[in-house]
Amino acid sequence: MTGAEFVPLSLPPLVIGICAAIACAVPGNFLLLRKQALIGDAISHVVLPGIVLAFLVTGTLSAWPMMIGAGIAALVAVGLIEAVRRLGRIEPGAAMGVVFTAMFAGGVLLLEQSDTSSVHLDVEHALYGNLESLIWLDATGWSSLFDLEALAGMPPELWRMAITTLVVLVMCVLFWRPLKLSTFDEGFAQTIGLPVNLIGLGLVVTAAIAAVAAFDAVGSIIVIAMFICPPAAARMMTNSLEAQVLWSVVFATVSAVLGYVLAGYGPLWLGFENAVSAAGMIATVSGGILALAAAFGPCRTRSGAPVEV
Amino acid sequence: MLLEALTLQLGYNATLVTVGAMLLGIAAGATGTFLFLGKRALVSDAISHATLPGVALAFMLMVAFGGEGRSLPGLLLGSAVTSAIGLLCVSALTHRTRLSEDAAIGAVLSVFFGFGIVLLTVIQSMNAGRQAGLESFLLGSTAGMLWNDAVVIALGGTLVLLAVLILRRPMTTVAFDPEFAAGAGMNVRRIELAMMGLAMAITVVGLKIVGLILIVALLIIPAVAARFWSHRVGHVVLLAGTFGGVAGYVGAAISATAPALPTGPIIVLVAFAIFLMSLLIAPARGVLAAMLRHRRFQAQVHVRQGLLALATDQPIYERLTLRLMKRRGLVRADGVATETGQAQAARALLDERRWQVLRSDPAHAEAAAHYDGLTPLDTVLTPDQLKALDQGLGPRATT
Repeated sequence: MTGAEFVPLSLPPLVIGICAAIACAVPGNFLLLRKQALIGDAISHVVLPGIVLAFLVTGTLSAWPMMIGAGIAALVAVGLIEAVRRLGRIEPGAAMGVVFTAMFAGGVLLLEQSDTSSVHLDVEHALYGNLESLIWLDATGWSSLFDLEALAGMPPELWRMAITTLVVLVMCVLFWRPLKLSTFDEGFAQTIGLPVNLIGLGLVVTAAIAAVAAFDAVGSIIVIAMFICPPAAARMMTNSLEAQVLWSVVFATVSAVLGYVLAGYGPLWLGFENAVSAAGMIATVSGGILALAAAFGPCRTRSGAPVEV
Repeated sequence: MLLEALTLQLGYNATLVTVGAMLLGIAAGATGTFLFLGKRALVSDAISHATLPGVALAFMLMVAFGGEGRSLPGLLLGSAVTSAIGLLCVSALTHRTRLSEDAAIGAVLSVFFGFGIVLLTVIQSMNAGRQAGLESFLLGSTAGMLWNDAVVIALGGTLVLLAVLILRRPMTTVAFDPEFAAGAGMNVRRIELAMMGLAMAITVVGLKIVGLILIVALLIIPAVAARFWSHRVGHVVLLAGTFGGVAGYVGAAISATAPALPTGPIIVLVAFAIFLMSLLIAPARGVLAAMLRHRRFQAQVHVRQGLLALATDQPIYERLTLRLMKRRGLVRADGVATETGQAQAARALLDERRWQVLRSDPAHAEAAAHYDGLTPLDTVLTPDQLKALDQGLGPRATT
């Protein structure tokens, strides 16, 4: 394939996919270790009512109101889950299930009630995303990357996703030590005076930012898969947190690239005409990586656990 | 309009849906209770998402063999197969690797769902038009329900309910205390599998009405709501079934009244309303009851402290204390003790002195554990014990 074809059609979705995968996978490592892996699932369901409400309030489909709406919905959900858990003395999983299903149902109802058929806002779009359609029409080849005029025509999702990824990575580097401490030994972290609850909240908010930004560009299915699968596979590879985060970034990148390529060209190789969903394929590839890691990873069992024969 | 819907007078199709949704709700509520009590609520999330590739594969197979591709029993069979595989994956990841259950659930649900979406796009390109309605499994759709579909749903719901009734005892034991169950000679693994299998059956049966994303709600919400009202398993199961049935019935009836009211979300929102009410007003575990308990306790503490202050001639500055004591006729508006106030103050002081003696004596360690600054000592000790204790008090206090 030539640059003239690759750069406008495949480069932006690939970069966006990689950024989304990394932005979700890095905080996912900590969520996984804190047994909050399903927060990503909950967040990606509850942003729907936020997006619909933002559309109803502003009447436009522009990105910023939607992201703000989704962010607010995510925060409301986290608060509600905590409130239900404490007020009702219910275990976290059930509290999460109650809140996210109810909010998702509310979102679907709002969507059906409001007249959104004229614009491109529907549940399937929210689930699958539209990675394939994020093309860069102004590009003519590799040289366009240095052409300011052409760069301005890049899909705006690319800049948003790149900035979000950068923010997530910087946050993780900045708060690395407190995060690590409070994740592994909350009691100790508290004793040496770390604001443990604040760190936990900050992590969830960072995850929500990553989820909301990625949701807009690539759909919720990638978000949920990237929060869990690359960190889970990485967990089977190593016992050190630093190495685990690096592995998860590698796995996330491989999932995004391989998934995108397989979705776009796999069916062609097999003799079919149409491409399949890139978002679905990226999730599928990440599952394949996880399966391999679970079968062969060097650290796949709990240390000290009896080996099943 | 709503009244007509609730009394099943909106026609044949609406009646079918309403009765079907109610049966499904009852079965889901009862089944979900065991998942919830076993802290397994979110396993249903993995099960439901894992049905999607099965629906798509079954459709493709049926088309490949020259069928129409939309027969409900066929699609449900396919969804049962992949959700069972998903369940096994969750179990394998949890037992054989270091992943915790929630991570295993999340991994399975996202990967199976992603793969299902890949298959859906394949179907879309296979033959446009014929797959119409397949996506309705995502969010449920009842508009096109036929008599045969309704029979499948009603039959499935009833069978699951029967199985729950038969298995309720072993499932209760395993949900609460798997180690005890194992000690009592039960096959824990098999009973857990049965529990999951029933949840899976509910999910598969409910796909058509509520859709695969929202069926989780019917398994979780009624059970959580029912838990507020009772701590006895039998009652919780019954209540959860009732709540689920009411949510299904009322939700389907409401959605039958207008075309823009999708059935699945409405049923879920009705269930959520029941949950909210339970959270607020349930007598023992509800928020309102807890608040009232707290207020009563607070009042008790304030009055007691106020009485002790009166007895030792200290002035009371605390406004809440003064207000409470005024309302009970213990002090006058200017803060001077009334007769009842003085009498009760003396009694409170005596009680406090007795407690002090009791607590300083190691022989009474057991009774002393009841001390919380509120419990009157004569509810802890017998009159004889009290008399013996009083001999240890100074002469001033006993007069």
